[in-house]
Amino acid sequence: MLEVQNLSMRFGGLLAVDGVNLDVQEREIVSVIGPNGAGKTTVFNCLSGFYTPTGGKILFEGKEVQGKPDYKISRLGMVRTFQHVRLFNQMTVVENLLVAQHRHLNTNLLAGLIKTPNYREREKKSLDRAAYWLNRVGLLDLANRDAGNLAYGQQRRLEIARCMVTEPKLLMLDEPAAGLNPAETKDLNQLIVSLKEDYNVSVLLIEHDMSLVMDISDRITVINQGRPLASGTPAEVRQNDDVIKAYLGEA
Amino acid sequence: MATHNFKHALFCAIVTIIIAYPILGLNLVAQGTTVGLEGATPGTVISVILAAVVVFLFQLFRDNIMTSLGKLPKLNPLSGREPMPQAKRVKMESWVLTGIIVLALFWPFFVSRGSVDLATLVLIYVMLALGLNVVVGLAGLLDLGYVAFYAVGAYTFALLSQYFGFTFWMALPIGALLAALFGLMLGFPVLRLRGDYLAIVTLGFGEIIRILLNNWTAVTGGPNGIGGIPEPTLFGMEFGRRVKEEGNTSFHETFGIAYSGEHKVIFLYLIALVLAVITALVIRRLMRMPVGRAWEALREDEIAARSLGMSRTAVKLSAFTIGAFFAGFAGTVFASKQGFISPESFVFLESAIILAIVVLGGMGSQVGVILAAIAVTILPELAREFSDFRMLVFGAAMVLMMIWRPQGLMPMRRIHIELKQQE
Repeated sequence: MLEVQNLSMRFGGLLAVDGVNLDVQEREIVSVIGPNGAGKTTVFNCLSGFYTPTGGKILFEGKEVQGKPDYKISRLGMVRTFQHVRLFNQMTVVENLLVAQHRHLNTNLLAGLIKTPNYREREKKSLDRAAYWLNRVGLLDLANRDAGNLAYGQQRRLEIARCMVTEPKLLMLDEPAAGLNPAETKDLNQLIVSLKEDYNVSVLLIEHDMSLVMDISDRITVINQGRPLASGTPAEVRQNDDVIKAYLGEA
Repeated sequence: MATHNFKHALFCAIVTIIIAYPILGLNLVAQGTTVGLEGATPGTVISVILAAVVVFLFQLFRDNIMTSLGKLPKLNPLSGREPMPQAKRVKMESWVLTGIIVLALFWPFFVSRGSVDLATLVLIYVMLALGLNVVVGLAGLLDLGYVAFYAVGAYTFALLSQYFGFTFWMALPIGALLAALFGLMLGFPVLRLRGDYLAIVTLGFGEIIRILLNNWTAVTGGPNGIGGIPEPTLFGMEFGRRVKEEGNTSFHETFGIAYSGEHKVIFLYLIALVLAVITALVIRRLMRMPVGRAWEALREDEIAARSLGMSRTAVKLSAFTIGAFFAGFAGTVFASKQGFISPESFVFLESAIILAIVVLGGMGSQVGVILAAIAVTILPELAREFSDFRMLVFGAAMVLMMIWRPQGLMPMRRIHIELKQQE
């Protein structure tokens, strides 16, 4: 469903991403790994429309999306999380999920002002959907707390729930396990797999935590210094000499 | 520490003298055809020195004074209380507001004409401040040219009535919609800007509108303004002694009561009250609607909001447009109340005052903004004798607010949407 061909991104004299190819099929978990500064997040920013790539093509469900504004890309069904959690801290947990559903709500001003039955119904539906996802990620008890007061792991899960209420086709997670303890990482592991299994979502994952990556990925792409280094199944990547060199240094 | 304090205090005292002596002490006097400089009278010199001593002493013992002042809030018995649960607070707020509205409905029949007139002005400022509150307080866009939309509303009514004979009720929606259109037009070019840059562009826009009104003499009458703006009518009943327009009747004849100039003033007051209440209610609803949540989301974290498919353009434009709409409302009422408008009424100072009301009241808080509008409009009227010092007091009040209550009189307490626990 997602196909990236020869993607490159240049900042002045720095070629941060150079000829990266990626593809994600339906119901597949693909990971992008690489040493720090390899350009993983830059790839993400290009995919989600925060940057306009300087070269290459991004095809989502067969349509070219490179250079489209970020909000349009997200409306197509590619929604991302951030390396550093970005929640609406002053809003409550449930409100964070309501904001994300603004497209499913009746945004007609008049309908909202006089509270038409249609408007109420949609408002109720979106609350129900929010409750469902809060339950799913285990935050239902905290629904009316300020999002900024949650523990870090809970904020991570809320961010994923916030993406899921927009009903994405492709979920892009930027280091979701960063700052989590092993138990939380394990929970996250199960959550991501169940998103794929139960909700037919494809997942594109950037991660440093190798146990997470190797466990759940269907395929892995390795990037080093902006260039693609290897790609394949976890087993193949683990055996790859170039990858071992990049990660462990040359012997 | 002590020597540091002493040096600092001495420095402050000297600055006081340097600033105060030339401003207060030196006078320009006409001597025939030339202008001469006259030194200070002994009285002025003594008061300047006294002021310097006060400043010196205050700065010297500043730490002690501030700590003892810091204990003051403890005198307030409410300061340590637990915040009310939201449901109770919302209920109480709506009761208090209903009470105020009912009181405001009957109040004009018992007070003087001047007070009612002033109250109308207060209500106009309430409308303006509530509208600007959407732009600044909720959407977080600093708009320094808000008075432009107020001017558009006022001039729309004035021009339509002058050239096409429109009445107040016909012009009211047109004025508001046209102001909203101007908000939309201004919104487009400034969308990419934020913070200081946005403030400067909106400031410029406000000036453009005023200068345009001032210089387009053929249409707007330039600095002479437009007079003879009609008053509102009640179902075709006029409030003047004699009927001006063919086909209308007069209010006092229809009801068989003696003519009184007060009817007109009270009627205008009631119109302003109804419009202000509508403004408050509409914005209150908007805040809890998806569009209100979108404003707040974009203010809190623009990148996250966009990554969720929220269009920055649409959200910011909606805030600008809705804010401008209510300024247009207020402008139409203002034109009708004054009967005469000129560009003089729409200078930058007006924008600054409306912004000050929003900041003093507490950004985003409706009750706070309403209170601040009342305070800022009425206090200068009550203290007419001190009108020379109005700006001084205003400035001092702003500084003190920023020190002791930077969040405003009644800071915004968001009304959260609660998720009921399902059994």
